[in-house]
Amino acid sequence: MTQVQSDGPLLSVKSLHHYFGPLAACRNVSFELRRGEILGIVGESGSGKTTLLRCLSGQLAPTSGEVLFASRRHGLTDIFALSEQDRRRISREEWGYVHQNPRDGLRMRVSGGANVAEPMMMNGTRHYGQMRALSLDWFARVELDTARIDNKPRTFSGGMQQRLQIARNLIHGPSLVFMDEPTGGLDVSVQARLLDLMRALVRDMGLAAIIVTHDIGVARLLADRLLVMKSGDVVEHGLTDQVLDDPQHGYTQLLVSSVLQI
Amino acid sequence: MTIANQSNRRAYNYAYLDEQTKRMVRRAILKAIAIPGYQVPFGSREMPVPYGWGTGGIQLTAAIIGPDDVYKCIDQGADDTTNAVSIRRFFARVADVATTERTQDASIIQTRHRIPEAPLGPGQIMVYQVPQPEPLRGLEPRETETRAMHAYEEYGLQYLSLYESVAAFGRIAGGAGYPVLVDERYLMSPSPIPKFDNPKLHQSEALHLFGAGREKRVYAVPPHTDVRSLDFEDYPFEVQSWDEVCGLCGCGESYKDEVILDDAGNRMFVCSDSAYCGDRRVAGHAGPMAGHALDGLATGDDNTDDDAAAVGIEA
Ligand SMILES: Nc1ncnc2c1ncn2[C@@H]1O[C@H](COP(=O)(O)OP(=O)(O)OP(=O)(O)O)[C@@H](O)[C@H]1O
Ligand SMILES: [Mg+2]
Ligand SMILES: [Zn+2]
Repeated sequence: MTQVQSDGPLLSVKSLHHYFGPLAACRNVSFELRRGEILGIVGESGSGKTTLLRCLSGQLAPTSGEVLFASRRHGLTDIFALSEQDRRRISREEWGYVHQNPRDGLRMRVSGGANVAEPMMMNGTRHYGQMRALSLDWFARVELDTARIDNKPRTFSGGMQQRLQIARNLIHGPSLVFMDEPTGGLDVSVQARLLDLMRALVRDMGLAAIIVTHDIGVARLLADRLLVMKSGDVVEHGLTDQVLDDPQHGYTQLLVSSVLQI
Repeated sequence: MTIANQSNRRAYNYAYLDEQTKRMVRRAILKAIAIPGYQVPFGSREMPVPYGWGTGGIQLTAAIIGPDDVYKCIDQGADDTTNAVSIRRFFARVADVATTERTQDASIIQTRHRIPEAPLGPGQIMVYQVPQPEPLRGLEPRETETRAMHAYEEYGLQYLSLYESVAAFGRIAGGAGYPVLVDERYLMSPSPIPKFDNPKLHQSEALHLFGAGREKRVYAVPPHTDVRSLDFEDYPFEVQSWDEVCGLCGCGESYKDEVILDDAGNRMFVCSDSAYCGDRRVAGHAGPMAGHALDGLATGDDNTDDDAAAVGIEA
């Protein structure tokens, strides 16, 4: 096991490009993420946010560029230089991925409790009682009714399904969580409570997170730093307050002013 | 092994499949034996029975059978169900083999639901008809993903089904197709045998071949291979047991079927392995219901039935 310098970056992205045929979905993206830091990625629909997230989380090999992650087993290494098996292990052990649509992130055929316990099984726990206890604990932490632990996810509301996804992605103690529009399909009051919860959990656990959102409000509440994308390019990158209070790029100015008008 | 069939049986090759197909199936079987528990793809052929009737098992048998074999076929535990009788007649007809109901006398035993109670010995081959070879399929529909899980030995997902079972029933329920780890490497579904029979696979002296026709997969448990049923540390694997002994032969250890006797709800438990039960009765064992009408079942060779029309084959 390689010793990871705790003051070095957790994630380091270097000149990442991704093309779908001739279409540049991401162009020349570079940034670093420290432990415990929360990065927001904002931008209009089709600007390349999900594509970037899929590249960073090992699901999609970038056309060029590097994604270095400081994993427990390998130290700071380009995840695409590792074998698929090692990459899958990092994903299973050290990451979480919260999908916009809970149906993509949950197993709808098994109970909520089994969904939450799954990462423990994937990482080798073979003791039912231990998994059950920790799942119950996580049900409570994401403010789900523990009496419903054996119900199927489809009997849960949209907001509850998102809580299930969050519990399922934090139970194994990852160091980095990817979230793609985690509050996307939810109504405003449900969104606000979920955001508070996420902020508390992420801060408590000292997690680093990369959160994709359309919503400047979500970005302001959760993110330390912001990356603004337009047509595959990063057009602005800085501390959240700076970017939102003093937007430099015309597109960012538009994004911020359109929110203020609401 | 091209054996010309005499008289009026010239419409098909020996053992129904053409020699090239048999060689292809044998190559898949050899590969399956070399990698215990690994699902080997093979070019499954159309067979004269519908999928679900055991086309995978029939093709395996056709590829390995020879005129000196003695063939037994069971459905559930019985030799006398329509499906078992039809398949047995089929091989009696197309492969000119002797057939038997006695486990000890058989060199090839084809089955769907049971492993016989009588211990299997060296040289015997069990052939299983498998409807769904992929144990992870119910939890992960994507083939690319289940392949990666086998390749990287990522079997955590299988425990989800065990978790669900304990959460719902307070124990690991699940009767049939209970997942096993073969040779501590490949996760395998032992076809729809009851978990009662899983321990018979462990370090068995016989060769076990599994064929899935529709899914075009062959896999194997060679003799003397470790086969471990999955479980939790705090919920260890257990097999079914019955409080009642067999009503006919008095056996306490065998796998039982429940038989409803009348409208008043009277019932009895009998061995699901009818040949085993018959042997015991012939040897003088008797259960509390001995002498019941159901006790009339004789046992022994049934090499006489190959004159009936076998599963749609034109003679
Ligand atoms: N698998 C794919 N094949 C071809 N083009 C794709 C594919 N996935 C995305 N694209 C294209 O890449 C561009 C970026 O898409 P992406 O999904 O990353 O945008 P996004 O910022 O996440 O948008 P949204 O906010 O709507 O989710 C779009 O033009 C999209 O049509
Ligand atoms: Mg998107
Ligand atoms: Zn009996």
